[in-house]
Amino acid sequence: MQTTAKPARVKRKKGISYAKWGYLFILPFFVTYSVFSLAPQVLTIYNSFFENYREGLTQVGPKFVGFQNYVKLFTPDKNGAVSILKFAGNTMIMWIEGAVPQVLIALLLSVFFTSYRLKIRGQQFFKTVIYMPNLIMASAFSMLFFTLFSNVGPVNQLLLQTGWIDEAIPFFDKRVTVRGLVATMNFLMWFGNTTILLMAGIMGIDQNLFEAANIDGANSVQVFFRVTLPLLMPVLVYTVITALIGGLQMFDVPQVLTNGAGTPNRSSTTLIMYLNNFLKTSKNYGMAGAVSVIIFIITGLLSILVFKSLTKDDN
Amino acid sequence: MRSNSSDSRKAKAMLTLSRAVVYIILVFLSILCLFSFYMLIINSTRSNADLQGGFRFLPQGNFLINLKNAWNDSSINIPRGMANSFFVAAATSVLTTYFSALTAYGLHAYDFKLKKAATTFILAVMVIPKQVSASGFVQLCYRFGLTDSYLPLILPGIAAPVVFFYMKQYMASVLPMEIVDAARVDGSGEFWTFNRIVLPMIKPAIAVQMIFSFVESWNNYFLPALLLNKNEMKTVPIMIAQLRAADYSKFDLGKVYMFILLAILPVLAVYIFLSRFIIKGVTAGSVKG
Repeated sequence: MQTTAKPARVKRKKGISYAKWGYLFILPFFVTYSVFSLAPQVLTIYNSFFENYREGLTQVGPKFVGFQNYVKLFTPDKNGAVSILKFAGNTMIMWIEGAVPQVLIALLLSVFFTSYRLKIRGQQFFKTVIYMPNLIMASAFSMLFFTLFSNVGPVNQLLLQTGWIDEAIPFFDKRVTVRGLVATMNFLMWFGNTTILLMAGIMGIDQNLFEAANIDGANSVQVFFRVTLPLLMPVLVYTVITALIGGLQMFDVPQVLTNGAGTPNRSSTTLIMYLNNFLKTSKNYGMAGAVSVIIFIITGLLSILVFKSLTKDDN
Repeated sequence: MRSNSSDSRKAKAMLTLSRAVVYIILVFLSILCLFSFYMLIINSTRSNADLQGGFRFLPQGNFLINLKNAWNDSSINIPRGMANSFFVAAATSVLTTYFSALTAYGLHAYDFKLKKAATTFILAVMVIPKQVSASGFVQLCYRFGLTDSYLPLILPGIAAPVVFFYMKQYMASVLPMEIVDAARVDGSGEFWTFNRIVLPMIKPAIAVQMIFSFVESWNNYFLPALLLNKNEMKTVPIMIAQLRAADYSKFDLGKVYMFILLAILPVLAVYIFLSRFIIKGVTAGSVKG
């Protein structure tokens, strides 16, 4: 998706300046952004330095407490665990479990689909099928998995009826299966999307290079590692970083699957579920603010990488 | 000669083999993607007793009864939820696409002092997710009495950096400024030019972004769940989460599957008809290589 066309400039006709129209047209965006994103962002950061929550019907604070919320956030509980680190770890583990197969399979499929030798038929059908889960409501998809994998659900029924197992597998009582299901759903929802993005990346590579490699007698494995992969790297890096930013926001799927509890033993609670718990009933804007700032800093650093990759060749 | 033809035969056999492997992988992945949805559709046609009884691979005759039960359920008002979701998603998608196009046009067609700064700003904030300002957002909504209102769900759509970026890329490739100049010569005002000449020219981009923003809004769970408390205001994803929170064992499972089916059906229906168009829209504007 190279932008080769330079932004066209309006030729100024004697003395007519259209500048005010430019300002006018972008005004709604900036007003809206200021009100609904910038102001809440500033307020979120501001609140992270205050004690401000509700306990039952009584409101505590707001009272300035400096960095106390952050200190509290990183203070180990009586079991010696730091919640936010635990939840960051959960988020990362579930993300990696889904994202590694997501990227590898997408890479494989994008090479299949763009291969001149293979000339895969029915591409449109396959693409339609693998992209579909990306548009499905995540909470409904998660609820569907909850019903399918419950102790009396069809998956257990099928395994029991065919004699593969003797008693139902309690998928939601084990850390490994809950995380596995979350990762599977994330994988299913995103590998089609990644495939399509990587395909566009491959098709953006100068086709003469593939031809030249073929004439030189390179086999498809060599072409992949020596031509496709190095030239696809910028797109691949962009895709992985944006996927990571998305992964940090993981919420709907584990929230609905575990009914917000992150069972078992909070091993599937993600960072945003943690944030959500502060906002849901206690309206603890102080702690929620501190959690948000931490997530903001991590995403901010990642965003800088994306921003750089986007603007690198824009002068 | 002989070795040559055997070489090419070998190559042909290799190609056939690798093709077979590729198709097996593709079919396997397709089954993986479709399995859960297939089970959803099958199970939505079965009665609760039948569902408790065991696994079935073929549909039964209980679809309409499940539909009637789900539609008339007393605790989860799914028709109301779908109407609410539809209203929010439709309003959001119209606002998002129109104003993103307007912003993109403002930065595409005009020269002004802050042009570069404005473009850079939008690109810089593009990947910052909404969740990180959610705390302040929720707080403001509670302070200004905007809970149980759709305004805080719809209005922020006016500033959608990703959609803006897509529109800007699209305009850079299809919108020659000569046309705008010609319109000016004909005495067309700037706003008129945008509405009557530019918008029709970028119709495909508008259409694809309307679909995407509709879907995103329809599926949105995090913020609506924090802001909508009244039952009659709730949107579909909140109801799905309620379904999960309810005591599962007491539920009519046929009804549960029907609820899930209804939640995803509108998007699924649009996708089945427009998949080719939607998939094409995924790439344009999202990656730059």
